[in-house]
Amino acid sequence: MTDQALHSKAFNQAIAEDLLIGSHCLVCGNISIPQRQICPNCHSDQIERIQSNGRGTLATFTVIYIPPTSMAEAGYNAKNPYCVGIVALEEGPRISAQIIGMDLSDPETIKIGLPLKQTSVVRGEGESAKKFLAFEPA
Amino acid sequence: MAKKLSRGVAVVGVGMSKFGVFPEKTSRDLFVEAFQELRQSVQKGFDPKDIEAFYMGNFSSDHFENQAHLAPIVASWVGISPVESTRIEDACASSGVALRQGVLAIASGNVDVVLVGGLEKMTDLPGAKVTDTLALAADSMFEIPAGFTFPGFYAAMATAYLDKYNADPDALLRVGIKNHENGALNEKAQFNQSIKDVMLGKQRKAEQKGLPLPQWEDEMAFLKDPKANLMIAWPLRLFDCSPVSDGAAAVLLVSEELAAKFTDDPIFIVGSGQASDGALAERASLSEIPAAAKASKRAYEMAGLTPDDIDFAEVHDCFTIAEIMATEDLGFFPRGEGWKAAMQGQTARDGSHPINTSGGLKSKGHPVGASGVGQVVEVWKQMHGLAGERQLRGNLKHALTHNVGGTGQTCVVHIFEKRN
Repeated sequence: MTDQALHSKAFNQAIAEDLLIGSHCLVCGNISIPQRQICPNCHSDQIERIQSNGRGTLATFTVIYIPPTSMAEAGYNAKNPYCVGIVALEEGPRISAQIIGMDLSDPETIKIGLPLKQTSVVRGEGESAKKFLAFEPA
Repeated sequence: MAKKLSRGVAVVGVGMSKFGVFPEKTSRDLFVEAFQELRQSVQKGFDPKDIEAFYMGNFSSDHFENQAHLAPIVASWVGISPVESTRIEDACASSGVALRQGVLAIASGNVDVVLVGGLEKMTDLPGAKVTDTLALAADSMFEIPAGFTFPGFYAAMATAYLDKYNADPDALLRVGIKNHENGALNEKAQFNQSIKDVMLGKQRKAEQKGLPLPQWEDEMAFLKDPKANLMIAWPLRLFDCSPVSDGAAAVLLVSEELAAKFTDDPIFIVGSGQASDGALAERASLSEIPAAAKASKRAYEMAGLTPDDIDFAEVHDCFTIAEIMATEDLGFFPRGEGWKAAMQGQTARDGSHPINTSGGLKSKGHPVGASGVGQVVEVWKQMHGLAGERQLRGNLKHALTHNVGGTGQTCVVHIFEKRN
């Protein structure tokens, strides 16, 4: 069943539908987000797919002024920087994502521990438009 | 406990090209320079025909030079074909891992004489393409789509570190100032200039052009000026980042029992450890590099030594925060104390724990696949009293090298011993 898929591309396929998926080990209970086919804790392959509630807190972050090509093409540059961070999800795992809705004029004001909720950003236009995982203040 | 090597391994000679920007040279040209210097440095000489295996670290000649399968080409270029030649790719730890493979090959008893090299030619690509190529060392499915760059990853670690320990961000700038002071004394370094000299140079240039003279009280004020020191990924600025570089380095390894045929003054590799890790977000702590602590623990156990036994170290300061974390991961300072040690000068040449006397990646340059073996060149120079104005004082018995790939997905640590 597609909605139980655990292969690596399943994550971004779910993001396209605004779903943040992971895996739950039926043997030891470990949760991984993104999902894994083998439990990194007990190595079991008795795994079920789960869906995160999309809530978490900011574990760390940076504000990027010199973007890679992909983000430059999305319109970011030294005068229009963006925030990227690592989010500690309520389910336990952490995940990398763009953080939107922040005041980037002074990164000092952004605080680790800030409550966040899942959202998405679309980068690219027309046929190349693609949805990416993002978080915003809860 | 880490297992001991089945037999001892000695370094009997080293060589490196200058690190920097060399539009006329390819990676193989740079390796020829390193190889020729290595031949000179082997006290009793050696015949390249004696080499039985060649391990070569290189991150991405594919993207940087449009050339894959580089090891046999480089072997041919230095005249050692048909010796078995293997390219090892572990991002910026490529040649540290190549060194470990050379050590293990000799320890296995299968070969006695091994050439280990590292090389990278990065500066042919425009800056944005270099950034994209380096980003290949991260997880392209779950990290890069978030918008991370390598300065971004280390900036996020810096944010976590500064927050966790309530550390003074000036410590980052202190690392850069110290490493540039060391690099100013290293003729092979890309930046032969202290930060102060960089600052004075900018003032002179402004004066020549008749522009308003920038006023900086000292190099700290210069580094804090956002116009002079551009923000790359907050809180890291340009002078927190190692440069884009071309360069090559080489060492000759032989079995312990053969060492005296090559030199009366070998250094022995007594500890070697390597560890891996997943993506940055997966780690229990974001203010340290767990694989570095694990790799060094194995190396210390193999050597039967502790961090207190290490007289000096070359660590992977791809960004200033990386040096501060390394000095904790390697056990030189307790967790949360590395930034204070940097502020207090304990990692300077006259400090209790000299770190990166070569100038480190920050000032010497970071041709990524060459950096791990380049560290060994400094260990050799310091242990043989060949480090010129940056020579450490006293009896140098033990040294350590620490080479990191990516954000710490690969870490490899070696410990060296001089016995006479």
